[in-house]
Amino acid sequence: MSMSPATQQEFDTQSLFYNRWKSRSLRNSLMNWVSGSIALIACLPLLSLLGMVIYRGSRALSWSSFVELPPAPMQEGGGFGNAMVGTITMVSIAALLAVPSGILTAIFLAFLGPDSKLAEAVRFVARVLSGLPSILAGVFAYAMVVLVMKSYSAFAGGVALAVLMLPIILLTAEQSMRMVQARLIEAAVGMGCTSAQVVRRVLLPTAFPGILTGVLLAVARAAGETAPLLFTALFSNYWLVQEGQLKLAEPTASLAVFIFNFSGSAFDNLVEMAWSGALILVLMILTLNLSAQLLAKKLQR
Amino acid sequence: MPTLTAQPPHAIKPPKTPVRHDPIIECEIRKLYYGDFLAVKNSSLNIEKGKITAFIGPSGCGKSTVLRCMNRLNDIVRGFRLEGRVAMAGQDIYAANVDPVSVRRHIGMVFQQPTPFVMSVYDNVAFGLRINRDKHDLDHRVEQALKSAALWDEVKDKLKKSALSLSGGQQQRLCIARAIATQPQVLLMDEPCSALDPISTRRIEELMVELRKSYTIVIVTHNLHQAMRVADYTAFMYVDKESRSGYLVEYGETDQIFKHPAEEYTRQYVCGHFS
Ligand SMILES: Nc1ncnc2c1ncn2[C@@H]1O[C@H](COP(=O)(O)OP(=O)(O)O)[C@@H](O)[C@H]1O
Ligand SMILES: [Mg+2]
Repeated sequence: MSMSPATQQEFDTQSLFYNRWKSRSLRNSLMNWVSGSIALIACLPLLSLLGMVIYRGSRALSWSSFVELPPAPMQEGGGFGNAMVGTITMVSIAALLAVPSGILTAIFLAFLGPDSKLAEAVRFVARVLSGLPSILAGVFAYAMVVLVMKSYSAFAGGVALAVLMLPIILLTAEQSMRMVQARLIEAAVGMGCTSAQVVRRVLLPTAFPGILTGVLLAVARAAGETAPLLFTALFSNYWLVQEGQLKLAEPTASLAVFIFNFSGSAFDNLVEMAWSGALILVLMILTLNLSAQLLAKKLQR
Repeated sequence: MPTLTAQPPHAIKPPKTPVRHDPIIECEIRKLYYGDFLAVKNSSLNIEKGKITAFIGPSGCGKSTVLRCMNRLNDIVRGFRLEGRVAMAGQDIYAANVDPVSVRRHIGMVFQQPTPFVMSVYDNVAFGLRINRDKHDLDHRVEQALKSAALWDEVKDKLKKSALSLSGGQQQRLCIARAIATQPQVLLMDEPCSALDPISTRRIEELMVELRKSYTIVIVTHNLHQAMRVADYTAFMYVDKESRSGYLVEYGETDQIFKHPAEEYTRQYVCGHFS
């Protein structure tokens, strides 16, 4: 090629240095400051709420809070042990219902028939369901379980919470199964796996961290719900286990409804106790969320 | 125009010493579609038992596609359709009453990127045996497979460790061990070294030559030197300029393909790489 070499221009090294008064630098720092301060402001309500719950909740907290029944108005002591047991029981029932069905449906959506009409429909319903006002889940379980069994019960509460958990579990499980690389699936098929073997031996184990995270988040959400339980489990001043029997078919206490009932009380000791219940509930949910995050990080390496 | 259907090896150049023709896979692809797209056309060849056959050609010419026809892996691609016949030991594997899962259990496959499953080294190698419910003497056979894949010495102390903790080259040899643990009839390898460094590549090439004693190997490679080093037979594929469909241009003994190609396209492709 014949081209006369272009004469090299003198290079202005000055142009490399920072100049904070350039308009692009100004706009940049303005942007950083604004978004930084708004992020701080957004955290304020959250932090003050947490601070208040910790401050007021820890005052009346004692060992008896965990192991005793709710006190009568003027009575000293007492606790919300039955409400904790009730919450844990109902969330477990809900998980028992929602986890298997959610994961099985997700397998269909992500692997067996991702482009089918049925999958589209299910996805649509799940998205609608995930935005469902929680009180409607309560109304649903009231109609399906309470009216049929003619009693408020832990079981009805579990069903209501399961309705709330299902779409969360389903959508996160589908998402994490879709993240499994296609070449892993291909390798498993190439080894001579049937569809069932691909699912059990490669798809589920690989997607496990994501599925687990979704389940924990769903559980955390369900644990704090009040409205659906008002319609379904109501409340009880007694233990769930009486005379060695698990009373799943009777009204059942939960932390959320305990807080709801007692915080409006005219008696100071009951209000204090509601704060303690709130603190325990917040701690339970926080633990679930944190362990979801930690597990996801750890398992994904 | 070059002839589209390549002749079997002996028709192109009669070998000096008569070779025993003993095809384990007969592949006759007339038309192969992905949806409406004619991806491969008019490509027929026989894979000889106990030999290494290499596929070369520019990318997109359908090498992987042809390879994946041999274990019916294309079945899981939506819109895939094959007109033609692929037979293993004389049996048409696309016949209506043939279960693709059973076909794949007789044919191992190794991919371009290592594909270790999220489980221990041991479980990866035992994978194929377990899905076959073939569990006797598992330890021994896992060890044998790892030894055949020249990986045993490196992993014998970390069999319970996650397979993902191995290096890329080790992962690829693990995938080879996994593929041969069930002692398949044929081992398909789709650019098995393209993600590896030269030292790992060397090891895998040595491994292929070693494995040839017991297995039939079909390998896709973009590295012509690799084809020359390891392959007994070489198939050259190319893309039709207008239709973008791939087809087999020439198939023959590796020496002949590289030294005396019969087709102009082959000559250009091979020379382009060596001059
Ligand atoms: N799953 C698929 N769906 C649609 N087209 C595909 C698919 N896989 C490959 N193709 C097309 O088929 C042709 C051959 O691809 P491939 O066999 O991967 O080529 P090579 O391995 O020689 O690079 C290409 O044009 C590619 O775009
Ligand atoms: Mg390819």
